[in-house]
Amino acid sequence: MSNAVATSPALLKITDLKTWFPIRRGVFSRTVAHVRAVDGVSLEIREGETLGLVGESGCGKTTLARSILGLDPIQSGSIAFEGQALHTMRSEDLRRMRRDLQVIFQDPFSSLNPRMTVIDIITEALIVHGLIGNADRETAAIELLNDVGLGHDSLHRYPHEFSGGQRQRIGVARAIALKPKLILCDEAVSALDVSVQAQVVNLLMDLREKYNLAYLFISHDLSVVRHVCDRIAVMYLGELVEIGPAEAIISAPRHPYTRALVSAIPQVGVEGKGRIVLTGDVPSPASPPPGCRFHTRCAHALDACRQSEQALKDVARAHQVACMRVDEL
Amino acid sequence: MDTLLEIEDLTVRFDTDEGTLTAVEGVSLSIGKGETLGLVGESGCGKSVTAMSILRLIPSPPGRIESGRIHFHDRDMLTIPDQDLREIRGKSISIIFQEPMTALSPLKRVGHQLIEAIQLHEDVPKSDAARRAVEWLGKVGIPDPAQRMQSYPFQLSGGMRQRVMIAMALMLEPELIIADEPTTALDVTVQAQVLELIKAMKRDETSLLLITHDMGVIWEMCERVTVMYASQVVETAALRDLFARPRHPYTEALIRSIPKLTGARGELETIDGQVPSPLAYPGGCRFRDRCCKAFERCELEMPPLYEADRVAARCFLSDPNQSVPPI
Ligand SMILES: Nc1ncnc2c1ncn2[C@@H]1O[C@H](COP(=O)(O)OP(=O)(O)OP(=O)(O)O)[C@@H](O)[C@H]1O
Ligand SMILES: [Mg+2]
Repeated sequence: MSNAVATSPALLKITDLKTWFPIRRGVFSRTVAHVRAVDGVSLEIREGETLGLVGESGCGKTTLARSILGLDPIQSGSIAFEGQALHTMRSEDLRRMRRDLQVIFQDPFSSLNPRMTVIDIITEALIVHGLIGNADRETAAIELLNDVGLGHDSLHRYPHEFSGGQRQRIGVARAIALKPKLILCDEAVSALDVSVQAQVVNLLMDLREKYNLAYLFISHDLSVVRHVCDRIAVMYLGELVEIGPAEAIISAPRHPYTRALVSAIPQVGVEGKGRIVLTGDVPSPASPPPGCRFHTRCAHALDACRQSEQALKDVARAHQVACMRVDEL
Repeated sequence: MDTLLEIEDLTVRFDTDEGTLTAVEGVSLSIGKGETLGLVGESGCGKSVTAMSILRLIPSPPGRIESGRIHFHDRDMLTIPDQDLREIRGKSISIIFQEPMTALSPLKRVGHQLIEAIQLHEDVPKSDAARRAVEWLGKVGIPDPAQRMQSYPFQLSGGMRQRVMIAMALMLEPELIIADEPTTALDVTVQAQVLELIKAMKRDETSLLLITHDMGVIWEMCERVTVMYASQVVETAALRDLFARPRHPYTEALIRSIPKLTGARGELETIDGQVPSPLAYPGGCRFRDRCCKAFERCELEMPPLYEADRVAARCFLSDPNQSVPPI
């Protein structure tokens, strides 16, 4: 599979993306600073590929997803879908792209309209895009429910009548209705208990096979990401610090932050002794430290790390790290 | 080992708009002196309600403790006078909550709250209490503790607030600490700091009841584990024993469905089906519909908690007299 993935064209290509939010103060609401939520991120997702995006709360994962969806205005850089930059798209291109790009959110309780029945929720987009008529609604809905493992007795029920895992399945059915090419999953399984989480994770993987879907799988849970993803990108304070094959990122991480992140996860059967415990808190994205942003918490930081910013550099095939000491460590 | 806390046959129900909800039913567990007991289970299984019952913190109405005894030393927490309960709360038993903002007052400076807590339980002058508070903020790793005394909780990060909570819970040197998901709201790197801190600060003779849904946290922190499912205890065992030889099929399935950082990737093991509703639990074993080892008796009778030697399992497979060998 990875060979096919490597040669297929980029479905989504993000180049040096910056999404900043102004901080306004005073009577004239002057902009006094910016929260640099996403600050120079470049990445690609190919057809049928699953890219994991990990990092701690506030590092910019959701802002990146919202920027792709056009929900947060970008400062600079570009986002291209199937080779065409979003900001140059005309309305019919945008409309087509909205079919090909879907999203599943974290909270299965607030992302579904409580006043709509399941059949309406999952077929709404098909009707809006004129792909089916009212008469075909039920057939289409039953097929979708079947895809996500729900029975047709769910059709005329409301979201509150379902458990968290079932609601997330409804969210998945809604996302796949238009047979998209890319689905952004923002903490899509994080609110679920392990046993239910495993069911939804497996469902997402089955659908990927069936429909050749690509996912941007955003999660703070590295163990889930490892199971689902082909590649993993690690984000810290608005920047990518490491990106590479999933197995390499987890079993042989190279950036000191990725190492700390992986070693911090408590695991059954593993002693916590060799753990790298980071000191201090994540600095504010409104005033990120100069040089390498991680230097304030990095045990290996040198004076030079405080001065020069770090770009991603190749360390192995398809594996890049932004650390000036990567070869020594 | 001397037992410090023993919960026997605790049942708690809530009256809700949809009917009577069973939150905790027939729960028994015990914590030895100096022991760390993990209480694990999925959302809604009754972990927090069990813990809150210990200090009679269940809101009533809608809640009611229907039956049970909770022995702390030789006293029944459910029947002692309010005055005695207030003395025990904070002094002998302290609680660390998931969200520190629920326990810290947003309107008072951190230092003020710490000093107040000390003076509530000990007859010491304010200056002594203040000195002790600063010392504890330093111990839990808060930089510039003397200055931080002046901060309001909202001026601190989540990790800092949780440190303040830990200082508050530990500074009176309680006999029992109840920690309800103390790190669930934190990022993993901060969680690692806080877990280290709890381990380092806990005295050998202090007991800890640690509630979590994270088996990794259990592995790292606990000596014994109690597993809950659908308002009941389904298994209690020593840590390594639980993971090596789970007695209850739910424990076994739960352990297998955890995504791991090593081993095969791809498909995860799942537990099919879902937890029954606490508004209408079925008769018989509550796990039977999801259990690959279920047999006829599981549907007909509710398995009791088979207990022996500080080990317990609510499953007919643990019945010494179960003659028909199940498939
Ligand atoms: N104040 C309340 N009113 C009504 N029902 C309640 C109340 N508090 C708890 N419950 C119910 O009691 C049951 C047990 O809840 P509890 O909070 O103990 O679960 P838990 O195991 O701590 O779950 P979590 O892992 O989500 O914290 C649940 O069904 C819950 O909805
Ligand atoms: Mg709870």
